[in-house]
Amino acid sequence: MTSSHLVYLIALPLFSSAFLILMGRKADKWGHIFATLISAAVFGVGVSEFISMHSRAGDMRAVTQHLFSWISVGTFQVDASLLLDQLSICFVLLISGVGTLIHIYSIAYMSHDKDRRRFFAYLNFFIAAMLLLVLGDSYLNLYVGWEGVGLASYLLIGFWNQKPTYATAAKKAFVANRVGDVGLSLAIMIAFAQFGSVTFDGVKAGVHGASPAALTALGAMLLLAAAGKSAQFPLQSWLGDAMAGPTPVSALIHAATMVTAGVYLITRSNFIFDGSSTARLLVVIVGGITLLFGALIGTAKDDIKKALAASTMSQIGYMILASGLGPVGYAIAIMHLLTHGFFKAGMFLGAGSVMHGMDDEVNMRRYGAIGKVMPITFATFGLGYLAIIGVPPFAGFYSKDKIIEIAFNAGGTKGIILGGATLLGAAITAFYMTRLMVMTFTGSKRWDDKAHPHESPVLMWLPMVVLAIGSVATGFLFNSGNSLVNWLAPVLNPNNVEGGSELMKPIVVSSLALLAVILGVALAVTKYRTVPVEAPEDVSVFTKVARRDLLQDAFNETVLMRPGQKLTAGLVKTDYYAIDGLVRLVGAVVTGTSTFLRRIQNGYVRSYALIMVIGALALIATIWVVTL
Amino acid sequence: MSFLTSLMLIPLLGSLIVAILPKEKTKLIKQAAFATSLLVAAITVGAFVNFDSSNPADQFLQRHSWIPSIGADFSLGVDGIGMALILMAAILVPIVILAGWNESQSGKWGVKTFYILILVLETMMVGVFSAEDVFLFYVLFEAMLIPVYFLIGGYGWGNRAAAAMKFLLYSLFGGLLMLAAIIGLYVISGNQTGHTFDISTLSTLTIDHSTQNFLFLGFFIAFAIKAPLWPFHTWLPDAARAATPGTSILLLGVLDKVGTYGMIRFCITLFPDATKTFTPIIIVLSLISILYGAFLAIGQKEINGLIAFTSISHFGFITLGIFAMTSQGMSGATLYMVNHGFSTAALFMVGGWMISRRGSSKIEDFGGLQRVTPIMAWCFFIAGMSALALPGLSSFVSEFLVLVGTFTRYPVAAIFGTVGIILAALYVLIVVQKSLHGPTTPGNEGMSDLNLREKVAIAPVIALLVVLGFFPKPLLDAINPAATHVMVHSGVTDPAPKAGK
Repeated sequence: MTSSHLVYLIALPLFSSAFLILMGRKADKWGHIFATLISAAVFGVGVSEFISMHSRAGDMRAVTQHLFSWISVGTFQVDASLLLDQLSICFVLLISGVGTLIHIYSIAYMSHDKDRRRFFAYLNFFIAAMLLLVLGDSYLNLYVGWEGVGLASYLLIGFWNQKPTYATAAKKAFVANRVGDVGLSLAIMIAFAQFGSVTFDGVKAGVHGASPAALTALGAMLLLAAAGKSAQFPLQSWLGDAMAGPTPVSALIHAATMVTAGVYLITRSNFIFDGSSTARLLVVIVGGITLLFGALIGTAKDDIKKALAASTMSQIGYMILASGLGPVGYAIAIMHLLTHGFFKAGMFLGAGSVMHGMDDEVNMRRYGAIGKVMPITFATFGLGYLAIIGVPPFAGFYSKDKIIEIAFNAGGTKGIILGGATLLGAAITAFYMTRLMVMTFTGSKRWDDKAHPHESPVLMWLPMVVLAIGSVATGFLFNSGNSLVNWLAPVLNPNNVEGGSELMKPIVVSSLALLAVILGVALAVTKYRTVPVEAPEDVSVFTKVARRDLLQDAFNETVLMRPGQKLTAGLVKTDYYAIDGLVRLVGAVVTGTSTFLRRIQNGYVRSYALIMVIGALALIATIWVVTL
Repeated sequence: MSFLTSLMLIPLLGSLIVAILPKEKTKLIKQAAFATSLLVAAITVGAFVNFDSSNPADQFLQRHSWIPSIGADFSLGVDGIGMALILMAAILVPIVILAGWNESQSGKWGVKTFYILILVLETMMVGVFSAEDVFLFYVLFEAMLIPVYFLIGGYGWGNRAAAAMKFLLYSLFGGLLMLAAIIGLYVISGNQTGHTFDISTLSTLTIDHSTQNFLFLGFFIAFAIKAPLWPFHTWLPDAARAATPGTSILLLGVLDKVGTYGMIRFCITLFPDATKTFTPIIIVLSLISILYGAFLAIGQKEINGLIAFTSISHFGFITLGIFAMTSQGMSGATLYMVNHGFSTAALFMVGGWMISRRGSSKIEDFGGLQRVTPIMAWCFFIAGMSALALPGLSSFVSEFLVLVGTFTRYPVAAIFGTVGIILAALYVLIVVQKSLHGPTTPGNEGMSDLNLREKVAIAPVIALLVVLGFFPKPLLDAINPAATHVMVHSGVTDPAPKAGK
C-alpha cells in the first residue's frame, strides 16, 4: 500500500526547525509554543496512521511513500522512499509521543534560558531526523537520519557550549558516533557489493544467496554502528558526558529514543542476523558486557544524571542482548525498548524536576528527603523506579523478565552464562536504583539552607504523570495476549520461529529475578541508611574504578588519544622537515649550481613572464622541428 | 557564435572593459567585473539546462584551425564531466568577487589589475575544461599559472612572494613533464594517423606498453602536482596560507580540479594499459592523501592551513574514485569535484571573513564566536559539516559514491578510506570547538557579524550544499553518461553483485 501522508512526519518538524532558526530573535516569544504544536501534530499524524494500519490485515499493514530519486549511478539506485510498517509505527508513536511530552516539559524547564527558541528548533530537528531514521526504506536513507540524530545530539549536548567541558562532551559524542558510522558505511557497501541493493527489501531478497562470511561481516559492521549510537561496549564512553545537555534532552535523546536506534538497526536487519550465528553471538556478547558494565558504573555515581545514564547504557545492553537471540528475541528487545522509553524518560524528567527545584544541583549526596517537598516528582519517579527494577506488575517486570527467560532458554553453557548475566544485572539494577531513590528522596535532608526545593510547575509534572502511567501500564498492555509480539511478527519473525528449549519455566525465572531484585534492594537500603555529604575516600578499589567509569576514558586516552596526538605532531614535523624539506633541498641545489643564471633570476616578475614566453616559443619551435 | 566561445570571450571582453576604466573608479571596476561574471554564470546555467544528458558524446563542438603548420586546432567541446566543472567554475566566480569585495585593496598592483586577472583566469578556466586539442589544453594549463601567480604574489598575505614562486616552480616542473609526453604522443600520432593533437583521434592510437607507461607518467605527475596528491602537495598549504580567500577558492576549488579532470580526460582515456599498471600505486597514494591530509589538518594551527589539508584529504577521495574504475567511483569522483568546489568555497569565505575581522589566522585567536557573531558562526559550522560529509549535504553523496564504488572492486582500500570519516569529524569539530564554542576570547567581543553583502555571497553556496545533498540528480544525469563512456572506452565493467538474487 502507498500513503501520501508519511512525508509530513518528517517535513513538519524539519521545516519548523529551519523556520525557527531563520526567524531569529523575532520568534523568541512564541517559538516554543509553535514547536510544541508541530510536535503534537506529528503525533497526531502518527496516531491516525496507526489507527488505519490497525484496521488492516496483518500482511497489508505496511505502507510506503516514494518521494524522489535521490542517487542514481549505474546499478546503485537509491530513492528517497519511506516505509511505515508494524515496527516503525512503534517508533513513530514513541518518538512523537514522548517527544511532545518533553516539548511541553521544556517550555517550563527552559523558560529562563534566553536561547529557548534555538533549543526548540534543535528538538524539532531531532524529531525530524529520528523519524527519518525509522521511516527510511533503505540503509542509506536510514543513514541520513542516523547522522542527523547524531548532529541533533551534538547540538543539544553542547547547547551550553560556552562552558568548555560541555563543548568537549558534545565533540566526544559525535566522534564516538562516527566510529560507529564507519560500521554503518561499510555495512551499506557490503550490502551493495553482495546484493546490488541497499534497500531493506532488496537485501532481504538477497540474503539466501550470500555466504555466511559475508553475512557475518555485514552483521558485525551493523553491530559496530549500533554500538556507537547506543553507547554499547566498546564505544560507550560518550553517554555519561552527554549528560552535559539540558535534562529534557537527556530524557528524550539519551534515554528514550536516539540511543535505542542501535536496537532498531539490529532488529530491522533481522534477516541478516538470522543468517549468521556468529554475528548473533557477537551481538549477545556486546549486550551482555554492556549490561553489566553500565550497571556497575551506576552503583558508584553520585551525579543523579550520570547514574541514570549508566542505567540507560545497561538497559540498552539488555535490549541488544535480546536482539542477538534471534527471532524469539527481536520483539522482546522492542518491548523492553518501549517500556524503557516510558520509565526512563519519566525518571530523567523527574531528575530534571529535582534539579529545577535545587538550583541545578546534581550531586545526590546533597539531596535527601526530597520526597517530602516534591511529592508529585517523588510519586512519578517512584513508579518509574518500580518499573525499572522489575517489580510486578510494573512495565519492566514484563519486558525484562522476558529477556532473562529467553537468555536462559538460549540453551547450554551459553544459556547459563547469558541468563546468569541478565539475572546478576537485575540484582545490580535493583541495588543502584534503590541507592538513587534513597539518596534523593528519603533519609535526612542534606541540602544547605540556601536551596529551597519546591514542586515543579504543572507543565513539568504533567508529562511526568503521563510517563508514570506508561511505566505502570505498558508492560501489561504489551504482554496481554502477547499483543506486541504478535503485532511485530510479520516484520521480525515472518517464519514463526518458536523459542528454544525451555530450560526454566517462566514462573521459575520470575521468582529468581524477584529474588535478585529483593537482594539488591535490601543491600542498598542497609548500605545507604546514612549518606555522608562528602564522598568517602576510603573505599574499595572497585568503587574507585567504578567512579571513574571502569577506566573507559583512561583506556581511550592511553590507547587512542595520546598516540593519535603524537602521530599527528609527528606527521606535521615529517611534512615540514622531510617532504617539504626535500623540495626545499632540491630548490637550494638548483639555485646554488645555477650561479650563471643568477643575473636573470632577479626577482622581477616581468623577467619570469618573459622567460615563460620564450619557453612557449621554444616549445612551438620544437614541435615545428618534430613535424618536419 | 557557439556557447563555449562566447563563454571564453565574455570574461575577456569584461577584462578589456575593466582595463579601460579609470583606475581610481574602484567601485565601478568591481561592478563591471561582477556583472561580467554574473552574465557568464547565467549563460552557463542556461547551457547546462540545454545540455543533452542522454548523449554521451562531447557537445557544443567547434573547431577552428589554429596553428596549421603543426596541426594544432582551436577546438572546443564538453562532455558531462567538463560541463559540470564549467558550471561550478562559472557559479563560483561571481560569488568570489562578491565575497572578497575589498580583498584587492591591500594588493601590490591595485584593484584594476586584480579584476583583470580574475576575468582572464575565468576565460582560461572555461577553455581548459573544454579543450578538444591537447596542445590547446597544454597552453591554457600553463598560461593559467600566470594570473594565479600574480594573484597570490601581489594580493596575498604574509610570505606571498615565496608562496607564489613555489606554486609556479612546482607547476612548471609538472608542465615540463607533460610537455615531453605531449611531444611523444604527437610523434606517435605522426606514424599512425598523421600529426594531430586532437584528443579523440589520439585516443584511438595503438601505443606499446612501455611507451604508454612513460607518457602516462608525464601526464600523471603534472596532474598529481596540480590536484595535489601526496607527496606532491607541499606547495598547496603555503599557497593557501598566502593567497586571499578568493584566490584560494579559485585555486583549490577550480584550478586544482584540472588535475583530477586531466586524469580522466588524458591519463585514463589515452593510456588504458598504463592505467591498469599504475592503478595499485595510485590507489595507495590516494589513501595516503586521505589519511595524511586529515592528520595534518588536525595538526594545523591556522585556519587556512587547515582548509588546505582538508582539501588534500578530499583530493585523495577524488583520485581514489577515479582509479577504482567503477561507474559509482567515476561519477562520484566527478560529482566530488563539483561539491568540493562549493564546500571549500564556503570554508574559505567564512574563514576569510573571520581572519580579516580578527587580523589573525591563528585558530587559538578565535573562541566563543557562536555568541558574538551567530550568523557567521552558523555559516562556518555548516561549511564544516559539509567538509566532514554529513549526510543531507552534497559532499556526502559524492563521498559515499566514491567509497561504495571503490568497495566493489577494492574493498580493503575502501575500508581505509572510510576510516578517514572519523578523522574528518576530528579536524572539523576541533576547529569548530576552538573557534565557535567556549568563552569569548579577549579581543573578539566587538566582532561584527556578517553584513548584507556577505550574506548574499554565502547564501547561494549554502543553498547549493543543501539542495545538491538531496537532489544531485541533474548533475549526476549529466555526469553518468560521460563516466560510463570513459569506462567503456577502457574496456572496464562494474563488478557484479556477489550473491545472486
